[in-house]
Amino acid sequence: MRYNELVNDRAIGRAAFLGLVGAGVAGLFIGRDATRVIGSVVPAQVRNIVPSSGWRIYTIAARMPSIRPEAYRLRIEGAVERPVTLTLSELRALPRARQVSDFHCVTGWSVDDVTWGGVRFKDVLAQAGLLPAAKALRFVSDEVPYDDTLTLKQALLPDVMLAFDMDGKPLRRPHGAPARVVMPRMYGYKSVKWVTRIEVLEDDSRLGYWEQRGYDRDAWVDGSNGFTA
Amino acid sequence: MLATGLILYLPVLAEIVARRNLVKNIHIWSAVAWALLIALIVLVGNRRRLAEDWREIETIDSDDRRWLAGRRARQGKFNAGQKVNAILTVAFAMLFAVSGFFLWLGERNHAFIFDGTGTVHETLTLVSVVLVAGHLYLAVLHPSTRHALRGMTRGDVRKDWAEAHHAKWVEDERRV
Repeated sequence: MRYNELVNDRAIGRAAFLGLVGAGVAGLFIGRDATRVIGSVVPAQVRNIVPSSGWRIYTIAARMPSIRPEAYRLRIEGAVERPVTLTLSELRALPRARQVSDFHCVTGWSVDDVTWGGVRFKDVLAQAGLLPAAKALRFVSDEVPYDDTLTLKQALLPDVMLAFDMDGKPLRRPHGAPARVVMPRMYGYKSVKWVTRIEVLEDDSRLGYWEQRGYDRDAWVDGSNGFTA
Repeated sequence: MLATGLILYLPVLAEIVARRNLVKNIHIWSAVAWALLIALIVLVGNRRRLAEDWREIETIDSDDRRWLAGRRARQGKFNAGQKVNAILTVAFAMLFAVSGFFLWLGERNHAFIFDGTGTVHETLTLVSVVLVAGHLYLAVLHPSTRHALRGMTRGDVRKDWAEAHHAKWVEDERRV
């Protein structure tokens, strides 16, 4: 009797321990869905206590780039009629675009309903004039050696832009100030931050920074890197 | 590790420090050192004693359940709160290690990126902040419990304190 009691008493702690570990391991596989569910149940005031605001800032260089807006230049070269260098105010003078889209990171976090302000690549590229052979764009970041590509077709989709504003304010440094790519249909590593150079390529086989490390080049959300809808 | 982890996690701190690679390396190598230290303690430490303590921690008896329900109950070497904290700490340590390992591996091989690796690592961090704050408060500040700090660092406590807080333990030790 005494022995049985002891075993059961111990089972409580053991079960709690194994349950925790099991739940945590399960969380590795369902974390994104679990956060969605929790996020929809928990009121906004409570959610806002979590201090990250949903964004995680990943950088790969020794130091996070810091670019003064007045010193910023965007160089467009490669398969173009006339290579150009644009200032931020020249870019801001182009037809303005605004969109609300979700941002998904391949590592499992998402930020919904981000308001982006910027310009469409159609208008940016018109400044240099594309040659008929142009097939893809390589975005080179001030964060050396980060770069990534989009095919011309992908870059000209209606919800892809070069953004300067986020949620109604100029982009902040951790988000790629003063200008970044926004490609909401693909995982965030395609949305190059601190873009200072666009190289127009005649073939679309070039791999970006993460793609050289095994990630998918066409990084469609829920359709790449092992994720399915 | 909490400090470097928060720098990696919070955009505000990420911007101030702005050296993610350095911070990441410190974070990862401290984690490796921490895991090795635990392995070393198990390897060269008094394993029988550790196993005994763990058995006691896992045993949540009727007194512990009363204690957890907020009533007075005689407690053993570990009170029910300490048992719960210890179970959480060991489970969290394992989950931190597993999720951290996959964060590291997923960056190198995309076959190992899972949906919730980051979420698990972050959730553990947020809960741990609360646990650590509570632990520090009870061990260092709270007048009636802080004497336990002496037990942790020096290995002995006052008899009258032990009788008041861990009556069943004193009883057991007397019997031995």
